[in-house]
Amino acid sequence: MATLSLNNLKKSYGSTEVLHGISLDVADGEFVVFVGPSGCGKSTTLRMIAGLEETTSGIIEIGGREVNNLEPKERDIAMVFQNYAIYPHMSVKKNIAFGLRSSKMPKPDKEKRIQEVAGILDMVDLLERKPNQLSGGQRQRVAIGRAMVRDPAVFLFDEPLSNLDAQLRTQMRLEIKKLHQRVGNTIIFVTHDQVEAMTMADRIVIMKDGHIQQVGTPAEVFHKPANTFVARFIGAPSMNLLAGQIEGATARLKGDVQVAVPTLENAGRRDILLGVRPDDLHPNSGNPIIGGKVILREPLGSETLIYVDTPSGEIIAKADGRTPPNVGDIVELGALPENLHIFDTESGEALT
Amino acid sequence: MVAAPGTPRASSDALLNTQRSRRPRNMGQIIRWLLLFIGGILMIMPIAYMISTSLKWPHEVYNVKLIPDEPTIENYTYVLEDGRFYWWFVNSIIIATITTICNLLFDSLVGYTLCKFRFPGRQIVFIAILSTLMIPTEMLVIPWYLMSQSFGWLDSYWGIMFPGLMTAFGTFLMKQFFESVPDDFIEAARIDGLNELQIWWTVAMPLVKPALAALAIFVFLGNWTAFLWPLIVTNSVDMYTIPVGLSGFGDEADVAWELIMTGAAISTIPTLVVFLIFQRFIIRGVVMAGLKG
Ligand SMILES: Nc1ncnc2c1ncn2[C@@H]1O[C@H](COP(=O)(O)OP(=O)(O)OP(=O)(O)O)[C@@H](O)[C@H]1O
Ligand SMILES: [Mg+2]
Repeated sequence: MATLSLNNLKKSYGSTEVLHGISLDVADGEFVVFVGPSGCGKSTTLRMIAGLEETTSGIIEIGGREVNNLEPKERDIAMVFQNYAIYPHMSVKKNIAFGLRSSKMPKPDKEKRIQEVAGILDMVDLLERKPNQLSGGQRQRVAIGRAMVRDPAVFLFDEPLSNLDAQLRTQMRLEIKKLHQRVGNTIIFVTHDQVEAMTMADRIVIMKDGHIQQVGTPAEVFHKPANTFVARFIGAPSMNLLAGQIEGATARLKGDVQVAVPTLENAGRRDILLGVRPDDLHPNSGNPIIGGKVILREPLGSETLIYVDTPSGEIIAKADGRTPPNVGDIVELGALPENLHIFDTESGEALT
Repeated sequence: MVAAPGTPRASSDALLNTQRSRRPRNMGQIIRWLLLFIGGILMIMPIAYMISTSLKWPHEVYNVKLIPDEPTIENYTYVLEDGRFYWWFVNSIIIATITTICNLLFDSLVGYTLCKFRFPGRQIVFIAILSTLMIPTEMLVIPWYLMSQSFGWLDSYWGIMFPGLMTAFGTFLMKQFFESVPDDFIEAARIDGLNELQIWWTVAMPLVKPALAALAIFVFLGNWTAFLWPLIVTNSVDMYTIPVGLSGFGDEADVAWELIMTGAAISTIPTLVVFLIFQRFIIRGVVMAGLKG
């Protein structure tokens, strides 16, 4: 178990720089999830930590030891790949034992360790099977087992669940989280699924185009997004963003709607985007901010999403599941002032 | 055909129609079978004649009858007791086996390197190897001969084997097959602490077994039947391979076809064995590839 620290990590392929300085400190035993759209550099970062990809510049430390020039096997890490990378010509047991090949452990200890891991992953009955006799979820467990068996300082996961169907994914998500609570190793987990990120992470790292956009706990990135990208990326349906201008404690939106907002220090008068999550915006609640006509309803069971056509644009809000407004109704949507987010239009940065 | 009274017209029409449309299909079927049959005969005839001739007395050899009038196994006893054939057989086995093993190792090692490593000049090396495919053996035997002469390799196993220990075709074949081994497998093994040679041997090689089996059959048969180069590089009768030895069977004046055919018949046995052994891997490989994923 160990800490991990990335210091101004950069990566170029030829003359194109794809990572522009990634810095991050991960505490011992922390579960950190990298999330971001396709091509933002998550895998590249992970592969650099693993030593599969050269670092163009910057320093990687694992357990306080600089590992830049070490081979993958010397870094005390283990990695689980998206398509499992378990060897089809070896039994489950051989696959798991593969992780111990280069360890100097005496044979009986190895055997014990394999059984122990198989026990943790509930795979004791599957040890003699070949991978093609396993389901997708079981294969992924084998891949995790092979990574676990060495008890590495840091676990690296690159989208390990994306080949599984939705139900299995939810289940494996839980299992990995339980596993983490049990073994306590540091985990870096890459995904492009924000639900996975929110549910599993101690801290989330949100990336875009080779830059880190925000690092924070799931609650922080959800409730205090650092910029419009994070605001849109985290949470489904994503945050409503309404264009307007701020002056003092008033935001003047398109269609001459005025909303009272918390006063900003030295914001002056400028173009802003007013953000409010559908989860914080309800019809007929206190603090009405904007009104309009319901044009669509999406019942989700306990709640109903309503799409409201307002003078400032289309807005999504959440209504009660039992007695939602009908399509065509005029509703007044309200939100608490502390749930209003204000972003600078030009930079996208949060002003609140 | 007369429709039974009361049979609805439509159904009898349908019956006619299916018959009409089935007939050409049957014709196609018949033609296909016929072609296959002719092809089969064409392939089996030489083998049948080989065996038939090997069972004939010398005076009957030029008689085209497939079944000998007086079948005999005299030729087999003669060939098997003849010391020369024994040595040719041993030579061929040794040469074909060593060459096959070397090809499996070297072709796959080079193919793997060209496939999975990025290094400057990789493309040039690959093209250079491929371009040697375009030079026919007939053109190469003279340089090979001169080379063997100056190194003193004439009339030795090494002299017979060295040109074929690695082939461009095998390298190309293996490179293509290694493309199907996912990089993740290799990287996972790297993280697990294997060195590159171990990864090649324990991870990549088992995954291309079907290709190795195909290559083994191909190389073994090619060397088993090789004629021109062994003929040129060997001098002493004891160093001949089966094809070279058989071609001169009999005495100088007369070619003893019945003995040549006997030798040929015996020499097909190892090729059958090799084929049967490796064919299993090919089929199993295909089955495995079908199941995974
Ligand atoms: N070998 C390479 N050569 C050149 N560019 C590359 C190479 N590998 C990755 N890239 C580029 O680096 C960027 C980051 O790629 P990376 O694989 O890290 O994305 P990612 O965040 O993992 O995306 P995904 O969610 O699709 O896996 C991409 O723009 C990609 O085109
Ligand atoms: Mg990726």
